[in-house]
This record gives sequence, structure tokens and C-alpha cells, in this order.
Amino acid sequence: MYEIIVVGGGHAGCEAAYASAKKHHKTLLITSNLKNIADMPCNPHIGGSAKGIVVREIDALGGIMGKIADKTHLQIKMLNSAKGPAVQSLRAQGDKVTYPKEMLKTLNEQEFLTIQEGMVEDLVIENNEVKGIVLDNGEKILSKIVILTTGTYLKADILVGDTRTRQGPHGEKPSNYLSDKLKEYGFKIIRLKTGTPQRLDKKTIDFSKTKKEPGDEERYLTFSFDLEPSYKLDEQEPCYLTYTTEETHKIIRDNLNKSSMYGALDDIEGIGPRYCPSIEDKVVRFSSKERHQLFIEPESRYYDDIYLQGFSTSMPKEVQEKMVHSLPGLEHAKILKYGYAIEYDAIYPTQLTASLETKIIKNLYTAGQINGTSGYEEAACQGLIAGINASLKIEEKDPLILKRNEAYIGVLIDDLITKGIRDPYRLLTSRAEFRLLLRSDNADLRLREYGYQVGLIDDEKLNKLNTKKQKINDLLVFMQENKLKITKEVEEVFKKENIEVPTTTLSLEQLLKRPEIKISFLEKFIEIPFKEEIKEQVSINLKYEGYIKKSFKEAEKMLKLEKKQIPENIDYDKIKNIASEARQKLKEVRPKTIAQAIRISGVNPSDISILSVYLKKEYGKDE
Amino acid sequence: MNDTICAIATSSGIGAIAIIRISGEESIEIVNKIFKGKDLTKVSSHTINYGHIIDEQENIVDEVLVSIMKSPKTFTTEDIVEINTHGGIAPTNKVLELLLENGCRLAEPGEFTKRAFLNGRIDILEAEAVMDMIDAKTEVQRKMAINQISGKVSNLINDLRDDMVQIISNINVNIDYPEYDDVDILTTEILIPKITNLKEQIIKIIKESNNGKIIKEGIKTSIIGRPNVGKSSLLNALIEEEKAIVTDIAGTTRDIVEGQIKINGVILNIIDTAGIRETDDKIEALGVEKSLKIMEEADLILFMLNNNEELTKDIEMLLDKLNNKKYIIIINKNDLETKLDKNLLKKYEKQIINLSVLKHQGIDSLKEKIIELFNINELETKDPTYLSNSRSISILKRCLKSIEEVEKGLKEKRPIDMLELDIKNIWEELGLINGTSYEEELLDEMFSRFCLGK
Repeated sequence: MYEIIVVGGGHAGCEAAYASAKKHHKTLLITSNLKNIADMPCNPHIGGSAKGIVVREIDALGGIMGKIADKTHLQIKMLNSAKGPAVQSLRAQGDKVTYPKEMLKTLNEQEFLTIQEGMVEDLVIENNEVKGIVLDNGEKILSKIVILTTGTYLKADILVGDTRTRQGPHGEKPSNYLSDKLKEYGFKIIRLKTGTPQRLDKKTIDFSKTKKEPGDEERYLTFSFDLEPSYKLDEQEPCYLTYTTEETHKIIRDNLNKSSMYGALDDIEGIGPRYCPSIEDKVVRFSSKERHQLFIEPESRYYDDIYLQGFSTSMPKEVQEKMVHSLPGLEHAKILKYGYAIEYDAIYPTQLTASLETKIIKNLYTAGQINGTSGYEEAACQGLIAGINASLKIEEKDPLILKRNEAYIGVLIDDLITKGIRDPYRLLTSRAEFRLLLRSDNADLRLREYGYQVGLIDDEKLNKLNTKKQKINDLLVFMQENKLKITKEVEEVFKKENIEVPTTTLSLEQLLKRPEIKISFLEKFIEIPFKEEIKEQVSINLKYEGYIKKSFKEAEKMLKLEKKQIPENIDYDKIKNIASEARQKLKEVRPKTIAQAIRISGVNPSDISILSVYLKKEYGKDE
Repeated sequence: MNDTICAIATSSGIGAIAIIRISGEESIEIVNKIFKGKDLTKVSSHTINYGHIIDEQENIVDEVLVSIMKSPKTFTTEDIVEINTHGGIAPTNKVLELLLENGCRLAEPGEFTKRAFLNGRIDILEAEAVMDMIDAKTEVQRKMAINQISGKVSNLINDLRDDMVQIISNINVNIDYPEYDDVDILTTEILIPKITNLKEQIIKIIKESNNGKIIKEGIKTSIIGRPNVGKSSLLNALIEEEKAIVTDIAGTTRDIVEGQIKINGVILNIIDTAGIRETDDKIEALGVEKSLKIMEEADLILFMLNNNEELTKDIEMLLDKLNNKKYIIIINKNDLETKLDKNLLKKYEKQIINLSVLKHQGIDSLKEKIIELFNINELETKDPTYLSNSRSISILKRCLKSIEEVEKGLKEKRPIDMLELDIKNIWEELGLINGTSYEEELLDEMFSRFCLGK
């Protein structure tokens, strides 16, 4: 018998299976198609704004996405490098051949992990507790815990023009009954939709008419805190940029009624992502825009498919042909795969706890697109957390719950379980109120110790972290103790760089706090014998001290409220005077703490007052 | 939940003293910031300390006694400070306002009792009462508070928030979609004038928040009229009626105050001399220019006409300018023969009071009219109008400080994404003034205004 079964081999499933097996729990990863392990059915990149920070967080906790991306990417760059440190984020162009291959290799080498092909159509449930899975051939496989990471495969429908076909992204068989079963067990199921653009034959594209977008050619970058870069700066594959034309827009407008989403199909239920509109949407909603940007991205070094980012559509094939050929550089492009929209079932995420165990069925965890998110990184981090928490449950330990001030992962899960969703959820920096604390550069400082506590980070890596912390302290002291005397020569250097000359001797710390002075500038006067990553930490902490302190203060306020627990068995119907909308929302979300209750939309401060008084009255002794 | 709260504990209005109670972790520290006397952070618990409350410019606001009661032996079991002030709405409110500006939050109804209960000081029976009180009042009050901000202020805040949300969503799009070259990038240079504009809008809103100003500074009142129409007699009559003349309030007005009277606890500052002082010199007729200027500055214009005189051209012209102001037309000497052509005053009908200062007739109706005009009764009760305004104003002032910091940050070339956090906080705070703000609003704005996606 297995301890943990993970259903689905996408990005969530891989992390979940890896984490639980790594923690020596006998794990089964079951997927409908072994070829699709860690598949990237949509865009070929990993990371991006906010998402890149999540990949760093996964790595800090001991997950694998970052390492595999580092080993296989086609190019990598730091987004927002000209902006503040809080919003810098890595983005890599993945290789759709080597990434899954490397992932499969890592999983195959992992002890305690079995990978098997099979279509799951039901769960074994006894007394609201999951005991295993049922395959489409009727076979039962038992386990203590089941983690569902089914992605878009629950009742997946591919929509192209006026056709609806029940199949997964690569034409595979989807799971037809599992979501109905989940509904029977009491879950609220919603229908979501997303789309993907065409794949084109590289050989048929005239790149001379497009703009080149290279990776970072100056410095080596990695997601992982443990790996040295294994690529060559000058061997990175470029992406290219092109734009829609007036002709493209005309073709779209003339054929609008042929698009699945604009009337060709009259049974669309799924809600598509706001941040990922189809090209039809863009042309209709932003009719005044003369052109829309499109990215031409390679999918792999090993085959010629090119991904046309920005051109997602559900037009019929013949219209897609015309549309693509109206684009500069793509006049003769051969379409290898047409764009499509996909509709699928998901679980409304307020039915989950912060550990990602469902509230309805004990020992059942869910992660990834089944929870209403979109994106590989969003899926992977949930998979990791579900894998960790399933293991901790077997070990009879408390779950790992990251707070909003600790990780984007914490923001994501809290948003899902507290606020629910309207459309497929994507992480954005604007969702993180403490983003100044949740930086790419400090993911290890924030989360490595948790990784160690849960057993995914070994002693060696922890020691490395502790040395880093010590060095940061040492450098801070160094900056306080060393002072810069303003001599004639020093004055000259300041003037040359157009920096205001200090009137008295100042410590390096005081100087670095000035916005216009970089640590590299100070090195013109005094050698600072520390590694780049240490200097980076000290620079950020000193330069943005005021802003960071403010964020910490805000976070503390929230943490105080997080300490105010709400008992699990609370009966909201017994609380008099609470507004009915608030009562309904509280019953749905069942927040664990007062802080979480405050974040629920529709719950007002007066309701919180009444709730606090009630808690004190009923449970006063526990506080 | 354990932030520091404050409220006026005594009933407002005229009284010998008023007590302001502050409870919470930072109560002693906050009061100490506005207190001149002993260092309150160093005094022993359960002591009474003499000193002065001072404002930002170190002007003395009031002479006070401050009781320090340290946790846990207090009503709420938190640190409590009580400030005994010299009564009167203006100084008491000024102290309250200073507390709000320095980090206190205005207590909700029943909140001290609620804390006492939550901290285990009082029992369930008492708590039931608190529950009812919170239930009965909060929601109603919240709505009232929102409704009672004047439409104009509310609109200004909405406009301001609209401007802000565009800036915020643009910055967020710049952060989240850095690779899109067709989205405008908000650079420091583009942002500085935008932020300066936001700052000016906030300053304007503070100015427009008239009710709050009235509480704080009183109603700036001018009596306009031709010589001998009875202006100083009216002033004297009003003063005589109201024996309780308030002492001068530090730093409230630069105008020369002829006299102060109090109506239901709110001060009327009767300002300006030239227009009012009667001289024997009959040649000093009504200076039209001067009167216009006075009218421009006043919150309330008492426009006096003589029942016994015909309307002159200059008066007619001044009457025309009353449109946008709060005014009352007083027809004095109604005991004498009517020579005034009342048909000419038809359009002012609702604002006319007939009286005879000499015979002491009609002074009460004048006062009632003033009360009606400024909602003074509403202001005076303990209550939403006053509370909401003082709360709004303290929020607005906090926002002003923050936006000034953003402006400074921009000039220092701080990263825009950091300053955005402050802008967003201001946007959220402003949302508290006229309803709640949801993050979804922001996301919607982002995705409806900018064209993004795969």
C-alpha cells in the first residue's frame, strides 16, 4: 500500500510526488500519459514577474522546478532590473523537450517513488475520508492520502471555431467522471477556460522582419540557490517580437462570429482569465489600438516549433491561417498546431484549508489548476506545499502554512482559500501587500529554514545559509565601522560622478543610505571584501531601510490578528447581529483567524467586532 | 485590534471640563508627543499630571490635567490616559484631532467597554449590552458617516481616487508586464507633476471639508449692511443673549474677531471691523469693494437691511453675489414703517428673517436659522457628522503627509515600485472615507485599461 498517491504528472504533481518521496513516504505518481510528465502545454517560459520569485521560493523550500529550469532553459533574464529590488524577477525560456526529460529523470531517480500510467475516475471514500483511487478499468489502489493535481483534464473540452471536442491539450483522453464524483461528494465545481496560440514552423519564418529579444548577455543567473550556472551566455536562444497589422484586425473583425467565444459555440460556460485575453478580445475591447505586440518564442532546441505569444484564439483553422499570414515575418509561416481554447472543471478553492487539504474529504489534497489557478509556477508551488503537508500529516506534525508576509506562495494560497476566484488565478506583484519583504534576492533567507524543518533541505545547505546570514551581519558592522574622510581626491571622485560631496566624515553605512550612492561607488575608496550576494543584501537593507521597516510594521499588525484563532467548530448561525452577507461568507470560508476573516470581502469591521465579542464570550478561556 | 483608541468621554457641548480617554499600547507615548510638562513615559502609574497640550507648532492648545493609568489595573486592562481639558467644543476637538494625527484611532461606540470585556474585566451580562449597542449603532453610524460627508467632498474624493487608481494600475502593469513596450512607462519625470496634482487635490478636499473646519475654528461670520442698519446692535444683542463667551482659541484665526458667540456649542466668530463699526461720520458709506472681499471670505453672511429704507443700487448688486454662500438676510427695524420693496427680495424669501434688534424680537428665529443652515444640532450630538468629519480630516491629513513623502521620494529618485506601495495605501485610506475599497477594483482597472496577455 502507498502512503501517498499523486494524481496527475504536471508541474503540481511532480513537486508533490518529489516532496513526499524525498521525505521517505512511499508515493505513487499516477498519470494518464507518461509522455506528459512536466509537460508545458502552453507558453514555453518559466518565471516572469512574481512567478520568478515563486520559483525561487520553491527552490528555497527544497522543491525542484528551479533546478530543472536552470539545467534546461534556452535563455534567462532578470525582469525589471532597472526597477526596485522588490519587483525584480527571473524569467527563463524553457525547453519543452529537455525540461520534461530532466524532470522525469529526477523523479525516476527518486527513492520511494513509483510512476505509473492510468486514468483515475473515482476515489475510494469511507466516512468522508479518502482511502485510495479507482481507475477507469475498475482497479482500486489504496493509500493514506490522495493529492489531486489533475490540471485542465477534468472534463476538458477543446474549442476551435464551432467545434467542441472532449479532449486534453494534446488530444488525449480527459477524465470524464472524476469531477462528477467530486460533485457527488459535496464539492462545488466551477468551469474555467483558458486558451493557447498557434505553433509555427521555425523554418518558414522570416526573422529579418522582427525584433530580436535576447536573454541577459551580461551576467549569469540561476533560479536555484544551490546550482552553478550550466549554460553559456552567448549560446542562449533569442526570442523575437512582431506586431499585428491593420489587416490582422480586419480579418478578426470580419470573422468574429466564427470564434468559439464570440458566438460560434453557444454553450460556453467557462470563465476565462482577465489577464490572458484572446486576440479577438484584444481587438474588440481595445479597438483604438493600432497594433498588438506578439512574441515569437522558440519551444526547444530539438524541434522547430515556435510559440506565438499574444495570439491566443479560438477562431476556426482557415481564419487562423489568414490571421497568422497577415503578420510581418510570418507571411509564409506554416502552422503546425492551431490555437484553441480549453474548458475544464475546477474545485472552488474556498473549500480548501491553508494546508491544501480539502474541508470536505479528509486526507484529500488538491493543487494546481484544479484549484482554479493558472500557470506552471502557481501549480508547482501548490504541489510542493500539498506534498509537504500530506507528508507532515502522516508524520502527525503541524502543516507548513506560509503567511502573506513570508512568501508569494502564502499570498497565493491565502487568496485562494479566503477570497475565492472569479477567473483563473494568476500571481501578480500587486496581490502581495508585503512585496518589499518578498523579494527574489531573499527567498532563501525567508524560507530555507522551513525547508530544513520539513526535511527537504539538508544540513549542508542550512550551514551555507547560516554562513550567509553571518556574513551579512559582518558586512553591516564593517559598513558602520569604516568611515570615509573627505579629502581632495575623494571630493574629486564625488564631483566626477555628479554626486553631492558630504560635508563631514561619514560612515559607509550613512553614505550607502543616500539614494544616489551605490556600494560599487564606495569601493572606489575602500575595498569591501565580501561576495556580491552579501553586498546586495546589505545595500538593499540600508538603502530602503525606511520602506522595509514600514512593511515590517504593517506585517506585525497582521500577525497579531493572525494569532487570534477562530475555533474550527464555531457555529456562525449562533452569533446574533452579524450581517447576513458576512454570515454567509464566514460559513463558506470558515476562516482560521481573525486576520483571515478581515480579508474576506463582504465582512465589515462591525461584523469583526461582533465576532470578537462572541469568541470571547464562548471561548474566552482559550484565549 | 489592539491599536490605540481615543474618544471624548464626557458629553460634548458646554461643560466646565471635558475628558478625553485614550486606551491601548501606545496611549502614553502618543499623549506624551502632544504634552508639555513632565515626561509622561516616566511618571508612575495612577498619577495626575499638570501641563499643556501643544500643537505641531508648539502653540498651547489647552491647559490640562493628565491621568496616567498603566496596564493592567485599568478599565480596559490596557494603558489608559485621560486628559481633562477646559470643556468647549473647539479646544476639546483640537486635542482629539491632535491625538488622531499622532496615531490614535477614534473609538467606535462601546469600544472601551468591548475591550474591557475582551480583556476579561467585565462579565457576560455587561457584554450582552455592549453587543446590542455595537449592533444597533455601528452599521447605522457607518452609513450615516458615509452619507453625511457632503456630496461635494465625496465627489472630490472619488475624482482623486480615480486619478490615483490610474497611476497605481499603470505602475503595476509596468511591474507585472515589463516586456510590453506598448504600455506607457511611468517615469519619475512623468510622475512628479501627477503626484503634485494629487497633493493639491488633497489640500483642496481638506479645505472643502467645511463641517470639520466649523467644529475646529467656528463659523466665520460677517454682518454686512449700510451704516446705521443696526449691525453692532445685533452683535451686542447676540452676545448679550449668550453669556458664555469663549476665550480666544489659540491659532484658529488670523481675523480680527469682533465678538464670539456660541450657538448650541458651536462658535460664531464675528469678523471684520470696517464693515461693522458705525461711526458718526455718515460719509463713510458702505464700501462695496470691501464688502465683496469680506463676503468672499466668510462662512456665513448676515446681510442686514433696513425695513424703513428703500433698497439702494449698491445693496442690490451685493445681494446678487450671495448665490454661492451661506447667508441670511435680516430685515431689521420691522417695528418701523415698511419702505423696503419686498417684491425685489422674492427670490431670497426662504433666507429672510424679520426682526427688531431694538425690541429684541426675532433674535431666536435668527439663531434657529443659523442652526438649520449649518446642521449645528447634528454637529453637536456625539456623533456621526462630527465624528466622520474629524475622522475624515485626520485621514486626509495623514494622506497629505504620505503624498508629500511620495513626492520627496520621487525627487530622491527612489524606485517607483516602492513609492507605489505608499500611493496604494493612500488610495485605500481615502476609500475608507466614503465606503470601502476592494482590491478587485484595482485589478479590474489594470485589465480593462491595458491590453495584456498571451
